[in-house]
Amino acid sequence: MSVFVDDDTRVIVQGITGGEGKFHAEQMIEYGTNVVGGAVPGKGGQEVAGVPVYDTVDEAVDAEDADASVIFVPPAFAADAIFEALDTDLDLAVAITEGVPTQDMAKVNKRLSEVDTRLLGPNCPGIITPGESKLGILPGNIFADGNVGLVSRSGTLTYQVVDNLTNRGIGQTTAVGIGGDPIIGTSFIDALSAFEDDDETDAVVMCGEIGGEDEEQAAKFIGEHMDTPVAGFIAGRTAPPGKRMGHAGAIVSGSGTGTAESKINALNAAGVPVGDTPEEVADHVEDFL
Amino acid sequence: MKLHEYQAKEIFADAGIPIPDSQLAESVEEVLDAVDEIGYPAAIKAQVHVGGRGKAGGIKIATDREEAEQYAAEILGMDLKGYTVDRVLVESGVDFVDELYVGVTMDRGEGQPVLMVSTEGGVDIEEVAAESPDAIAREHVDPAFGLHPYQARKVVYNAGVDDDVALDVASILTTLYDLYEDSDASEIEVNPVMITSDRDVVAADAVMNIDEDALFRQPELSELAEESYEDDLERKAGDYGFDYVRLSGNVGIIGNGAGLVMTTLDLVDHYGGSPANFLDIGGGAKAERVANALDMVFSDENVDAVVFNIFGGITRGDEVAKGINEALEQFDEIPKKVVVRLAGTNAAEGMEILNADLVEVEETLEDAVQRAVANAQEVAQ
Repeated sequence: MSVFVDDDTRVIVQGITGGEGKFHAEQMIEYGTNVVGGAVPGKGGQEVAGVPVYDTVDEAVDAEDADASVIFVPPAFAADAIFEALDTDLDLAVAITEGVPTQDMAKVNKRLSEVDTRLLGPNCPGIITPGESKLGILPGNIFADGNVGLVSRSGTLTYQVVDNLTNRGIGQTTAVGIGGDPIIGTSFIDALSAFEDDDETDAVVMCGEIGGEDEEQAAKFIGEHMDTPVAGFIAGRTAPPGKRMGHAGAIVSGSGTGTAESKINALNAAGVPVGDTPEEVADHVEDFL
Repeated sequence: MKLHEYQAKEIFADAGIPIPDSQLAESVEEVLDAVDEIGYPAAIKAQVHVGGRGKAGGIKIATDREEAEQYAAEILGMDLKGYTVDRVLVESGVDFVDELYVGVTMDRGEGQPVLMVSTEGGVDIEEVAAESPDAIAREHVDPAFGLHPYQARKVVYNAGVDDDVALDVASILTTLYDLYEDSDASEIEVNPVMITSDRDVVAADAVMNIDEDALFRQPELSELAEESYEDDLERKAGDYGFDYVRLSGNVGIIGNGAGLVMTTLDLVDHYGGSPANFLDIGGGAKAERVANALDMVFSDENVDAVVFNIFGGITRGDEVAKGINEALEQFDEIPKKVVVRLAGTNAAEGMEILNADLVEVEETLEDAVQRAVANAQEVAQ
């Protein structure tokens, strides 16, 4: 089992004619993902990475019977691309783009509440069900099929933690990158809840970071609704208040909310052990299994 | 990106929000020229990006020329929470009877902008929010529709603002929301809006933060970005287009992806070292960018050793290795020891390319960080 994607997922790539879009479409195909087409305005009729390109998402989805889209579109056009994806009947849209203006995402967020499509991201590495399907930019070779679910706000941190798991022979059901921006589609709680309902996920790793209160809310959800054990990691313990640490969302406000300490305390209170290092996270997961 | 008060006030004034008479001054003479024109009492306000300027001695009210000269001399050049004051705003003192707080920001939990109004203005609003949240009235705005004027009126009435000034305050709030949208702000605050004995409303302070991700469509505001840098290294990082934060330690840190770079900082601390900076080369970095990143950390005289931590996804290890070679081959003697850890996409190709004579290589994050911390400690001794 897996959450959100599996080997039946039929994927189109928005922005497939761009450098990143093409490279990662090829990588996804190589991994075994059913990439069935692309959508780029003005490029309809071309073929890239061995799949047909359409001018609109609508056309691509209709022609190829797609149920998911991965979006590699520059920040200035990313919100429009997400709107276009949400305007079709897709199950899942994955927005890789980093640097989408927050006010654009507020408008997207409003639209999301009106449709059934799930959005991952933006500013996320995507999602992978090892051995079945990879939507996004995650390096497939570090993942292994197994029984641990992973949800993370940070792409590279996901890779690091997965590497620590895989090196010990601990595989993953699905790894879900939800993105590091202040306003995102799928939340920790959405992913945790999906893992809780997944029979094959025996433990979950949740990687958070400073900024916002999503981890605190997730901790509350874990305490109240989860039987599956969760181990945590929080990046940004040493980050000074008021500074934006790369991600638009990774900023500790002056008033003490959104700090690593408050997140770690909330998780501990919900019975979630939080590792000081990624290696310690793997220790905790090993203890669960 | 934070704007200075004087910059935000210029924007407010252009949008029709009443502000006090004010002039920017960079020397005692300029302050005196300004007060001669503006009259007394006059506020002399340090223009630095720190909160709580008043409490820290960065705002003084002069009632005559002698005081103006004394305060100007005190504030110009002073160290305010680590920042040197090189400009002050000279502003006519407002004879007020009441102070309000008004603000517009993004409620990230709700994914919607929110208007906030409180009659407890003029004080630390974060304290008010923490201690008596009910003292701040809030109204969420549907970002798809924008603000309806009734919402501005509603939140002002809900906050308990006096009837005779409520509509004027609501009008300021409506203008602030328009500015918030038009300028891609992440936050706009006025604390306080002063109500004078004549029942006029005046924005006596101005806070504006702009969403850096939206600067591509804010050409006029982008020009102000230059002024928001706090030192030469941050300016250099801005020119290179890096996410960079200077910290107080001696281990230089370069990595890809905010979460992994923050984790590297945390591990440096965990293993007994002290991070000198946060530097995220971002996703998909090419060789030149990698070389620029090394140039950045080498330029920081506090850095004693460097750890380069890459876990490639969209970033490719071979590109990173090329950049490291390029940057280091130009030195006869490499200024600081560099520990490299490469994993992920094309890491194997990268390890083949990487010139092992120039760097120390470690396979795991933990080992790389510990080695860099040891290198830094060796230099520091």
